[in-house]
Amino acid sequence: MNNMKVSLSPHEKGHFTTNKIMWLVCAALIPSFISALYNFGIRALVVVAASLVFCVGIEYLIQKFLLKTKVTVRDGSAAVTGLLLAFNMPSSIPLWQLFIGALVAIGIAKMAFGGLGKNPFNPALVGRAFLLISFPVSMTTWPKPGETRLVWNVVDAMTAATPLGNIKLHAFNQLPAYWDLFIGTVGGSLGETSALAILLGGLFLIYKKIISWHIPFFFLATIFVFTGIAWLVNPEAFVNPLYHILGGGVMLGAFFMLTDMVTSPMNPKGQIIFAVGAGIICSCIRLWGAYPEGCMFSILIMNAFVPLIDKYIKPKRFGSEVNYGG
Amino acid sequence: MNFKTFKIGGVHPPENKISAGTPIEAVELPKRVMIPLSQHIGAPAVPVVQKGDKVKVGTLIGEAGGFVSVNIHSSVSGTVAAIDTIKDPAGFAVKAVIIDVDEADEWEESIIRTPELIREITATPEEIVATMKSAGIVGMGGACFPTHVKYTIPEGKKADTLIINAVECEPYLTADHRVMLERTEEIFVGVEVMKKALKIDTAVIGIEANKPDAIEKMTKAAVNFPGTTVQPLLLKYPQGAEKQLIKAIRNREVPSGKLPLDVGCVVDNVGTALAIYEAVQKHKPLLERVVTVTGKKLAKPANYLVRVGIPASVLIEKSGGIPEGTGKIISGGPMMGKAAVSAEFPITKGTSGVLLLDESEAKRREVQNCIRCAKCVDACPMGLEPYHYEKLSEKGRWDDLDALNVTDCIECGCCSYTCPSARPLLDYIRLAKANVGRIRRERAAKKQEAK
Repeated sequence: MNNMKVSLSPHEKGHFTTNKIMWLVCAALIPSFISALYNFGIRALVVVAASLVFCVGIEYLIQKFLLKTKVTVRDGSAAVTGLLLAFNMPSSIPLWQLFIGALVAIGIAKMAFGGLGKNPFNPALVGRAFLLISFPVSMTTWPKPGETRLVWNVVDAMTAATPLGNIKLHAFNQLPAYWDLFIGTVGGSLGETSALAILLGGLFLIYKKIISWHIPFFFLATIFVFTGIAWLVNPEAFVNPLYHILGGGVMLGAFFMLTDMVTSPMNPKGQIIFAVGAGIICSCIRLWGAYPEGCMFSILIMNAFVPLIDKYIKPKRFGSEVNYGG
Repeated sequence: MNFKTFKIGGVHPPENKISAGTPIEAVELPKRVMIPLSQHIGAPAVPVVQKGDKVKVGTLIGEAGGFVSVNIHSSVSGTVAAIDTIKDPAGFAVKAVIIDVDEADEWEESIIRTPELIREITATPEEIVATMKSAGIVGMGGACFPTHVKYTIPEGKKADTLIINAVECEPYLTADHRVMLERTEEIFVGVEVMKKALKIDTAVIGIEANKPDAIEKMTKAAVNFPGTTVQPLLLKYPQGAEKQLIKAIRNREVPSGKLPLDVGCVVDNVGTALAIYEAVQKHKPLLERVVTVTGKKLAKPANYLVRVGIPASVLIEKSGGIPEGTGKIISGGPMMGKAAVSAEFPITKGTSGVLLLDESEAKRREVQNCIRCAKCVDACPMGLEPYHYEKLSEKGRWDDLDALNVTDCIECGCCSYTCPSARPLLDYIRLAKANVGRIRRERAAKKQEAK
């Protein structure tokens, strides 16, 4: 019997795999997908399906023909990017624009940096930022939820302003009810409108220990406190902080984008700094910036700080706390 | 019950304590045993027998080769066949005394072989420490550090607590568990001997929650031994690591680069306590130990009382032979044990188990990119950053690794176990530790030269 395998310890291996993590994130996005289907109907289905095909396909083609390396699309990370990219789009986005978004997300933001785990910025958000700057009109046209379910070509009459758009215009009397914001029957990107659906998926991820509660909690708490202070100081100019939490993309950002493992810090202390920083930037853009929504930029900006945070914020070393005789 | 545990890190590998209910069984002697002269950390023992010498059970065959070294005794009666090099589990050549076993099984007269419990301790603390060295006592949890060295307290340091490590946090292994159930009183007298040697009154025995029968039996027995208590612990690997155990039981953190004694603790394995009882009270040197032989496909997983020097293959044969499709033989447990090149290695004082893994369990999974999930950081019981060390180690940045406390790593394997991308984190950390150690030694040597 001399054909035994020899290796260094440990010989036991946990059952959690990278593929499992990615597919569980996809599973956690199902409630938001259902909410998108309910609100935006057939176009939501087409946009999500197209985004998945584009992202996975582009990664496959780049690995197979450009890099000539092992094709790893089965790990599910391209599918996560595909879903998140779609969820950050209005349902009326032309598919050719979506394709460019996918190309930027996968090709530039992910593969150019070395593929899975090497990207400094969240790929889906890089894709979205590129589209928002390149195609500002189609990226800010928001079909009315419910009414456009079976409509392919959305015309102006069928569009609605987002809650944040109304806030920016100080049209406080046109804001939807909290309940509509919570269940998501308002204008906005496919996956961001329903706080309830996002919460379901997010809690599932926390339960599965794929994300920790620190990032979503501190991000949302920072926005709540920051916009709350502004509201208390001047309720004429600023809106109730609950609108800032439930409206726009912060729920999706808090649970699915800011928590992206690859682009967030490696220990809880660093994660708190990261989340608070993003919360402050997001609030500032929303309250005083040119764009109604600041979530995307706040995440991308804080992504850039992750290496710095990891360099200086270390986990508590064992033995650093001297409590002899305790 | 008030269960305690350590705070940072840790993982929960499947327990697989298949042999927990199997009583300890004696093993028939084979025709030949191989007793390595270095079964401990430190200098190897120097052989004091020659080819053709007759030896009895307990006869001294190797004398301690220095202060950090212990005596080696024959575990059988018979004739010395050779003093030769054999292969240790990892396949390295080691010097061993090879003895042809006779059927008489004759023991040295000084050894008391009757089963009665001797509670009264007549030896003085100094005599106890001397006996530890002469009887060849080493830490039986696996590290095999000579015990008398720990009990020689340097000037200016003071121990206040003796911690008995009965955690057995390694999956599969059940040797300590069985010893606690079957040799309860002897362990407690052993602990009294150790307390006397340290001149202290307090001892705490730490047992994990997956051994409720042992906790119950030991707690009951502790009533008759004032000063010794049993502390139940929550299930978490690596609770049996010295520093984590002290943290769990006494809430003290051994500072980086320091020893348990620096926080007033001495930690010893429960099997060592039994060996010390036998050495001091019964004059029996350390020549046998309990070994768990186990594996999911093994016909008869068991706990054996094994004389040192018996090849592992003899034990596996007794348990039904190597099952079809076995891919790995491990000396020790699955988290920290060493993979063996074959089953022909001898059982030594530190062999707590022989584990057979199936081909499917033996293979490592394909390595994927690090996705920075931080699971290794969360799992590290020392608060380190395995993912970062791996990258730096790959690039050979030893000075940076030194500055980032890489030498604090206890090699428990939590990081590699938990990594979803199956990265060889601990392999790279070991490489880093070896190189940092080398650089530190070179620097110290240069300083010496400069003087």
